[in-house]
Amino acid sequence: MANPIIRVNNLIKKYEKLEALKGISFEVYEGEIFGLLGPNGAGKTTTLEIIETLRKKTSGSVEVAGYDIDINPQKIKQLIGVQLQAAGYYPTLNLTQLLNLFAGLYNIKIDPLEILQSVGLEAKATAKFKQLSGGQKQRFSIATTLLHNPKVIFLDEPTTGLDPQSRRNLWDLIKNIQSKRTTIVITTHYMEEAEQLADRVAIIDQGQIIAINTPSVLIQQLLDGGFKPKQVVKPATLEDVFLQLTGKEYRE
Amino acid sequence: MKKYNQFTAFKALSRASFSSLLKRPSSIVFGIVFPLIFILVFGFLGDRGIKIRVGESQFLDTATLVYQQLSKESSIDFVPFDSIQEEQLKKGNLDALLSITKENNVTKVSYKISDVSLDKSRVFELILKQIAQEEIINSSGELPKNIEIRKEEIKGKKFTIIDFILPGQLGFALLSTGVFGTAFVFLSLRQTLVIKRFFATPVKRTVIILAEANARLLFSLAGSVIIIILGYYLFGFTLANGLISAIEMILLCALSLVVFMGIGFTISGIASSESVVPPLSNLVTLPQFLLSGSFFSTELFPGWLQTISNFLPLTHLNIALRKIAFDGYHLIDVWMHVLVLLIWGVLIYLMAGKFFKWE
Repeated sequence: MANPIIRVNNLIKKYEKLEALKGISFEVYEGEIFGLLGPNGAGKTTTLEIIETLRKKTSGSVEVAGYDIDINPQKIKQLIGVQLQAAGYYPTLNLTQLLNLFAGLYNIKIDPLEILQSVGLEAKATAKFKQLSGGQKQRFSIATTLLHNPKVIFLDEPTTGLDPQSRRNLWDLIKNIQSKRTTIVITTHYMEEAEQLADRVAIIDQGQIIAINTPSVLIQQLLDGGFKPKQVVKPATLEDVFLQLTGKEYRE
Repeated sequence: MKKYNQFTAFKALSRASFSSLLKRPSSIVFGIVFPLIFILVFGFLGDRGIKIRVGESQFLDTATLVYQQLSKESSIDFVPFDSIQEEQLKKGNLDALLSITKENNVTKVSYKISDVSLDKSRVFELILKQIAQEEIINSSGELPKNIEIRKEEIKGKKFTIIDFILPGQLGFALLSTGVFGTAFVFLSLRQTLVIKRFFATPVKRTVIILAEANARLLFSLAGSVIIIILGYYLFGFTLANGLISAIEMILLCALSLVVFMGIGFTISGIASSESVVPPLSNLVTLPQFLLSGSFFSTELFPGWLQTISNFLPLTHLNIALRKIAFDGYHLIDVWMHVLVLLIWGVLIYLMAGKFFKWE
């Protein structure tokens, strides 16, 4: 088995009354796409933000690339790229200026145009963030996480609210990032997305991990337990129809 | 792993924030355009025109031919005797003092001018000499024997409306951008989660604040420099010690801006949404604009109002700026005002520390 790059052990997060995380443990292996699945309020974002050093934990331990988040949060920040579910950018700056800003924040030198090219936004070099479409915004956000060649990137619901074409376009981008040996932790509501992208998934509900494995093993376990789908699955979905009719071409 | 350099991040943040400021119309309007408009308006209001104002001394024989000729000149306004007329001459409110006496058929004319309104004094001198020479019978170029002219020149310093209004406008610009700008920027950085994205990078939180403050400081001080330069060259703003005065003014502006930004930090923490920022900021800034002698002098206020005025930080900035610019004081000479500003700074930042919120 591959090397664990993230180790989460018995992580607990309590807000005043609510226990958001009730002792979760998992490992993420180097180079994989790890999906964190769960309904709203299950604790996905809380888990991510604790690993990203943005939120304090109540107890438990977290290690990223061998660094403990209690001891070396700064080191961890240098090694990870973070795409937040909701993040803003200076409203008055254009994409090039924003990338230069983040380059400074990560202490690196970049060619902004080259970065924009890598996410298909070279035509938007002088546009403002707010002028971008939903899919473009997500791709730009991902670009800011990749600047410093991080070992791990965290994507929090990157495809929520995107049309099918944009989602597929983003999937390609994510697979492309993985092909460069970057570990990816992603949260999503879309199960077919997790099935498409993730090497392994953890299903989290009410602050606990209730299942963790590869998607195919989880499906097999369900079927082995005697599960029958409510209706016979047709070999194609409505999304297939939609994409067939409108084309898979990504549109701006 | 490469050692992370916070200063590199500081520079990148400062640069981003500075270009963001340049693109935000309100920062330029409040920082530079408004103050300049006020200066322009008051600057032109302040010009008394081209009349030469001549103070009549106690000894003025109005029956003399010289006086009668002078009083026909439309460019000369005679101002009746006043005990403080010499002070007025020094400040440039009068352009000359004149006395004329007649003894044994000799008209003795003596006048006093000061160096503050030399151009008008010169015109007066020319007119006076011309009138005297008209009485010359032979045109030998010498003054007729029955007229004596004595001239005295004193040193003075002209306090014009620009000397009053410009420091006041600097204070106005610094207080408004310090409070409004800082409050808005930090509230919106927080609400739009720009700052949260920064937290995900290795930059330290204090560096974010310092960079933001640094950008605002550079921006506002550039504005102050522009205002001082335009005031000096276009409106004859007095800089008693020239460049030194200007530099000392800028240093004082920097200190005050840092103090005022503390108010902005506090408001950004208290305000729950952007719509709360203007009323809260106005609450702090408006009374100061009115009571601190930014637009008009506080001399005419009743005593109790002056007492309140003397507590406000902007009052002390305005007074200190005027003393440095016009009276040629140095920072060390206005230490009392600097001290008051510093005390305000400590109080304000204690409050900011209590109310400022990161997220």
